[in-house]
Amino acid sequence: MKGWMGKIRAVFLLSLTALVLSACGKENLTALDPKGYGAEKSFDLIIISTVVMLFVLAVVLLVYTIVLIRYRRKKQHPDFVPKQVEGNKTLETVWTVIPIILLLIIAVPTVTATFDLADTSGSNDKLNIQVTGNQYWWHFNYEGKEIQTSQDMYIPVGEKVYLNMKSSDVIHSFWVPTITGKMDVNPENENTMYIEADEEGVYWGKCAEFCGPSHSLMDFKVIAVSQEEFDQWVEDMQNVNPDAEPESTVAQEGKSLFQENNCMGCHAVGSSPVQVGPNLTDFGNRTKLAGVEELNKENLVKWIMDPESMKPGNKMTGNYPEVSKGEAGKIAEYLLQLKPSDVTPESAKD
Amino acid sequence: MSMAASQKRSFGAFLWDYLTTVDHKKIAHLYLFGGGFFFLLGGLEAMIIRIQLIKPENDLVSAGFYNELFTMHGTTMIFLAAMPLLLGLMNAVVPLQIGARDVAFPFLNSLGFWLFLFGGIMLNMSWLFGGAPDAGWTSYVPISTTSPGHGVDFYVMGLQIAGAGTLIGGINFLATIINMRAPGMTFMRMPLFSWTTFITSVLILFAFPALTIGLFLLMFDRMFGTAFFDVSLGGNAIIWQHLFWIFGHPEVYILILPVFGIFSDVFSTFSKKRLFGYTAMVFATILIAFLGFMVWAHHMFTVGLGPVANSLFAIATMAIAVPTGIKIFNWLATMWGGSISINSTMLWALGFIPTFTIGGMTGVMVASVVADYQYHDTYFVVAHFHYVIVGGTVFGIMAGLHHWWPKMFGRILNEAMGKLTFWTFFIGFHLTFFIQHFLGLMGMPRRYWVFLENQGLDLGNQISTVGAFFMAFGVIVFLINIVHTAVKGEKAEADPWDGRSLEWTIASPPPHYNFKQTPLVRGLDPLWIEKTEGKGKMTPAEPLGDIHMPNSSFLPFMISLGLFIAGFGFIYQVDHNWAYSLLFGGMAITLVCMMIRSLKDDHGHHIPKEDLEGEAK
Repeated sequence: MKGWMGKIRAVFLLSLTALVLSACGKENLTALDPKGYGAEKSFDLIIISTVVMLFVLAVVLLVYTIVLIRYRRKKQHPDFVPKQVEGNKTLETVWTVIPIILLLIIAVPTVTATFDLADTSGSNDKLNIQVTGNQYWWHFNYEGKEIQTSQDMYIPVGEKVYLNMKSSDVIHSFWVPTITGKMDVNPENENTMYIEADEEGVYWGKCAEFCGPSHSLMDFKVIAVSQEEFDQWVEDMQNVNPDAEPESTVAQEGKSLFQENNCMGCHAVGSSPVQVGPNLTDFGNRTKLAGVEELNKENLVKWIMDPESMKPGNKMTGNYPEVSKGEAGKIAEYLLQLKPSDVTPESAKD
Repeated sequence: MSMAASQKRSFGAFLWDYLTTVDHKKIAHLYLFGGGFFFLLGGLEAMIIRIQLIKPENDLVSAGFYNELFTMHGTTMIFLAAMPLLLGLMNAVVPLQIGARDVAFPFLNSLGFWLFLFGGIMLNMSWLFGGAPDAGWTSYVPISTTSPGHGVDFYVMGLQIAGAGTLIGGINFLATIINMRAPGMTFMRMPLFSWTTFITSVLILFAFPALTIGLFLLMFDRMFGTAFFDVSLGGNAIIWQHLFWIFGHPEVYILILPVFGIFSDVFSTFSKKRLFGYTAMVFATILIAFLGFMVWAHHMFTVGLGPVANSLFAIATMAIAVPTGIKIFNWLATMWGGSISINSTMLWALGFIPTFTIGGMTGVMVASVVADYQYHDTYFVVAHFHYVIVGGTVFGIMAGLHHWWPKMFGRILNEAMGKLTFWTFFIGFHLTFFIQHFLGLMGMPRRYWVFLENQGLDLGNQISTVGAFFMAFGVIVFLINIVHTAVKGEKAEADPWDGRSLEWTIASPPPHYNFKQTPLVRGLDPLWIEKTEGKGKMTPAEPLGDIHMPNSSFLPFMISLGLFIAGFGFIYQVDHNWAYSLLFGGMAITLVCMMIRSLKDDHGHHIPKEDLEGEAK
């Protein structure tokens, strides 16, 4: 009997450890290993509230266990009738007052942190980025810098960056778990939040408000680089010449096809404010294709031929002239060589 | 007794009996059957969701279909399964607990059920007519106003019709509990289940109108070209969230308060002890209900309401933990010093305490605004609300069903199968949902059709899916148990559990007039008082006399059918003119039936005293 219990206990402990270890999740995606100001605030409160609440749970389970061991009818005399207790003022006061105190322990830091994270008064002399949520991609407009980009947002590490967010269609929610908690991106008002990354890195962002069939594929990245690298990136992006001829002839043909098929009607290359579809200025440096797929020619050709198969419900499907596989390959070649800056997601990884 | 009688009659007569009944006990059967059916449907949808998420980037179902599945799973479970099952138990038990012969408005009671059923069928008709609603059970605008096809229209019309039924049911219970209590049954002597039914009915009365308004605005935006929610035309999209949650938060208390009552009765009965701190329990219930109306914006912490609103709603929300904690400790104190026997009813109640405490814990955690910025709209929240709604409401419904099954159907559910159901469901539940707290924090938002490879979410999702199969197994065993019990279950006596309240003083199942003579109530736990201090049975409060009972009526069915037909008219008038004939035809049926009801005198019938004497034992 004892050995059997021991085995159960061992299995239980082992699975618990495995659980705790795996509980941290993937680096730069999980909220349990915070590397940004907002996420750290959240994490502190998660820990405080978990500890307080585990204490309550422990008390409940202790009483529960005692009750179940001591007061079983099968252990009692068959004629035993329990005393019919009406209540107990002292006890009832105790379990009213103690929870109130415990809740205050959580409530005070909650309110402080809430006001802290909502304080966007310092935005004037800092980097401001206009974030637009679209079905199913993100657009970033660096205010006052004439830089437009989509899907990958570059920010300087250790600096507060203010995000002014609005949606062009339905409600989305901007969430980069490792850096910051989420805030909704509404169609009717601009929500402002600030983010600050402590370490360089490529952080996963996800849309957290249900927005349609490809809600689960609306990923983006926040790429935190050093201040020097960021300045370099800004300069490179500002100096992009959208009309520059690509080096290879295939890419040149791709560029012509891109223009002939009026792709620029929706997709800007450079700082043009057109944003019906994602801005493609630094497409060749993107971390992912369409937010979730690996960025390579094969996938890009597949996307150009049939975006619906990769992102159901997207707004590109059916809104452009049909292209052959050869033409798509050329366009892909053109897009993949759009690398205006040497500052890339790789730069953030050292 | 009624079982045997019904078998002798033809199936047609049996069906007609149920289609026209105004007897609260038969309406309870209907609610349980309807709610049970939708519970299985919602469960099936849940299973497909879990199978889709068994591995990363699974392509079992399409994105669009997945959205329909989770929308319908949520909507079905809340509106068409949990609420009707609770209304079923209320109908079966509350009139008996307060010593009444029927509810205050038997006709309305029947109307409430048929509206619910037709509303539920309407909603599910969407599967057959071009696709189910796909904007989530919360149906946030603009994703709902811009959703193509008619799915969301079915959501609007189905919920509007079903919601009217619920509202009618709530008003009926209010009137019943205020007016129909037996002599001596003061408010502070009512069993807790009757009390929580009363408070729940107040919540229904005040919460449902907000949903009704919201649905009407949505209906006009989608079907008649208005722009209440259309930002580009000067509308306001956030207002829907307010309307929905002003209804939606009290709604979750509508789901949980009745089961608090069920558990109070169950703990007390199976510990052979008076409920500890009865007065505190009543006032805690009232306080929870009251606070429940001022916390709706905690569902909207990330909307951008600002730090003042967020802080106030956070503190109000945390405050609810106090009365809830009082309840947990009072239940524990009820068992303390008691004589606890554990059968399948009690197992569900005992399983509820740790499960619901965890749900309450995470409830306080999500109330902490800045922490919620991480939890919000992730699997953490999915885990939290399943811990309270399954761990609370579903466990409570199961406890209630096992407890009152003998009273409702005259037979006792099989113990062995009851225990098997509990253990598989309980273990499966925790397997499915505990890990989801971590999945959420590890970066998995809710309502995700697929999760990506290599994000550390694979194992957690696998465990979750395995757990779901355990739960499904438990439910299947319960279904077998029902059939087995109906065929050869143990016959129940009037008082199989050594009960304490009035429903155990009459036969199982009760005669259709319930109490031959209205009982005189001398205190809380009236039957217990008579057992320990009296002569073991209730003293009648009136001499034996004729009993006045309401007549059956087919009108509630027809009124509801009319609205059901009109619902199709509303939906299809957008693209087809012929739909107007459905719209006006359906409304005409409803209005004519309402006129018949108003103009035709129906004084009910009397059961003569002589018949009652003949039945006396």
